[in-house]
Amino acid sequence: MAVTDQPPPRTAVEPGPWNLIERVHPAWWAVAFILLVMPLLANDFWLFQVFGWTFILGMIALSMMFLAGYGGMVSLIQMTVAAMGGYMVAILGTSGVAAISQGLPWWLYIPAAVLIAAAFGTLVGALAVRTEGIYTIMITLAIASAFFYFTRQNYGLFNGYSGFNLVVPPMLFGVDWRGAVPFYYLTLGCAVIAYAAVVYVSRSPFGLALQGVRDNPRRMAALGYSVNAHRIAAYTFASVIAAVGGILLVWQNAQISPGTAGIPAVIDILVIAVVGGLKRPIGPFIGALIYVVLRTFSPDVLLAFGLSGERFKLVIGIGFLLIVFFSPDGVLGLWEKWQNRKRHDPLKGDR
Amino acid sequence: MLGPRDTAARLGSVSSGNALELRGVTKMFGALAAISDITMSVRPGERRAVLGSNGAGKTTLFNCVTGDFLPTSGTIRLFGEDVTAFPAYERIRRGLRRTYQISLLFGGLTVADNVYLACRGVSRGRFSLLRPRRGDVLVARAAELIEAVHLTAWRETLVANLSYGQQRQLEIALALAGAPRFILFDEPAAGLSPTERGELVSILTGLPGHIGFIIIEHDMDVALRVAESVTMMHNGRIFKEGTPQEIENDPEVQELYLGDGSHAHA
Repeated sequence: MAVTDQPPPRTAVEPGPWNLIERVHPAWWAVAFILLVMPLLANDFWLFQVFGWTFILGMIALSMMFLAGYGGMVSLIQMTVAAMGGYMVAILGTSGVAAISQGLPWWLYIPAAVLIAAAFGTLVGALAVRTEGIYTIMITLAIASAFFYFTRQNYGLFNGYSGFNLVVPPMLFGVDWRGAVPFYYLTLGCAVIAYAAVVYVSRSPFGLALQGVRDNPRRMAALGYSVNAHRIAAYTFASVIAAVGGILLVWQNAQISPGTAGIPAVIDILVIAVVGGLKRPIGPFIGALIYVVLRTFSPDVLLAFGLSGERFKLVIGIGFLLIVFFSPDGVLGLWEKWQNRKRHDPLKGDR
Repeated sequence: MLGPRDTAARLGSVSSGNALELRGVTKMFGALAAISDITMSVRPGERRAVLGSNGAGKTTLFNCVTGDFLPTSGTIRLFGEDVTAFPAYERIRRGLRRTYQISLLFGGLTVADNVYLACRGVSRGRFSLLRPRRGDVLVARAAELIEAVHLTAWRETLVANLSYGQQRQLEIALALAGAPRFILFDEPAAGLSPTERGELVSILTGLPGHIGFIIIEHDMDVALRVAESVTMMHNGRIFKEGTPQEIENDPEVQELYLGDGSHAHA
């Protein structure tokens, strides 16, 4: 019935665990191998500060990418959900503020922290899904800043301005998880699980339905889906990832205070997700690596040029502007453009 | 094309009671009544064409039936149940489907994913986090529907890259997903070539007998070939009801709608 001037469709590869080696691009195996042997190549500073932080920020930005890329909802609440997870670990577990911290065992306070943060994220989601576009950004930003001021003023639970110090991971299996190598593998493991979960769920009925809601909410309702329920469930899923990232973040810094989820931190997550690219789950990790490297080393570079090290934000800002100017889809978009140019046939004009 | 005997056999086999029943349905947009006091009933398995010039209120009528708009007054019953206040997805779960005048598809997903979502929408497991396994019933059902609308070669193509005609075909596959009992077709032939229209008529007349539908169509040839009864609308009201022959031969209708080309799309 229709004109058939399209190229033949690519043959679908039957999914299954057997052809995993063939299905995964060789570049991925190379990256996996390098990440696994990284402790042999890099020193403790790189493992703990650069890579550990990259994986943590990458996870929090991944939760934003899940909502924005698959659900079409730009939520600025993800850093706050992460901080909620971090705060709960400090409040329910042990910290330097013995008057508030409950000292529960790790197997109780870690799941409880994730659950409470996820419930908080779901509640915010339930409010936010009633809005769209710029209004979703505004309402989530408003709640994020309300959380910041609330934690700064509340001393009974959040210990106000000073927050909690000496919040460290539990000694499990006789390993000090804040040691550079164990912490590297801990954050790497969590990041890989979060990444794999997002990739897997994106092709599940729930993930497909979420993308349907992003493309056309009205039609999804006409197909029998409750659009709002799907959007809220997406917030729950994303909040679990953000909460795990938040717990790792509080362990890395060994402290948490209102500034952890202040407006600059909230905006940083947005910058990371946008710089990396919101279309694919790997984007946030690329964005996080760029951010962490700039943030860690630009003060030294600036000082070498005789400028104040305080100006690192200027460097990050210029980097952000350049990437967004040349590619609205972030670094991944630049990569795709380059790939397409390579494939471009100048005679036929097709790719 | 449907013969009268097929129709009688089909209507005789279904239970009594109406598939769709509208009582005094009115929809106001501010001071403007898009439709006013519409009362009509459609039997299960019946195929009805709703005709009328642009602005007669046909699509507004559809939007009220599907739940995209809530009517200002009046009641809508679907298979005997009052669904006037139900959200769209509740009506879909009761067997109602619709297609849209302008294709409302999921451009970022493939043809297979679009139809799979439609099949999943009316079954359990909409929130499942587990991917469908090989041999999944709904995946197989989606493949059948894609076959039925002749899009098998484009299964893995992103919908945004399909031609217009193919998107119209996909619209019908989406409406057929699940277990539809009643379908609303909103101008399915709009923008199609004569060959594509012929194929559309064969798809519509080939639908299983228990599925009733209402079709809005400007192309009288398509509408009268697939419908066994006709409702004419004019200025938001029902103007005439009857068989295709009665409507075609009615002098008032000819004057208003069929008379000459300049009136038909006024």
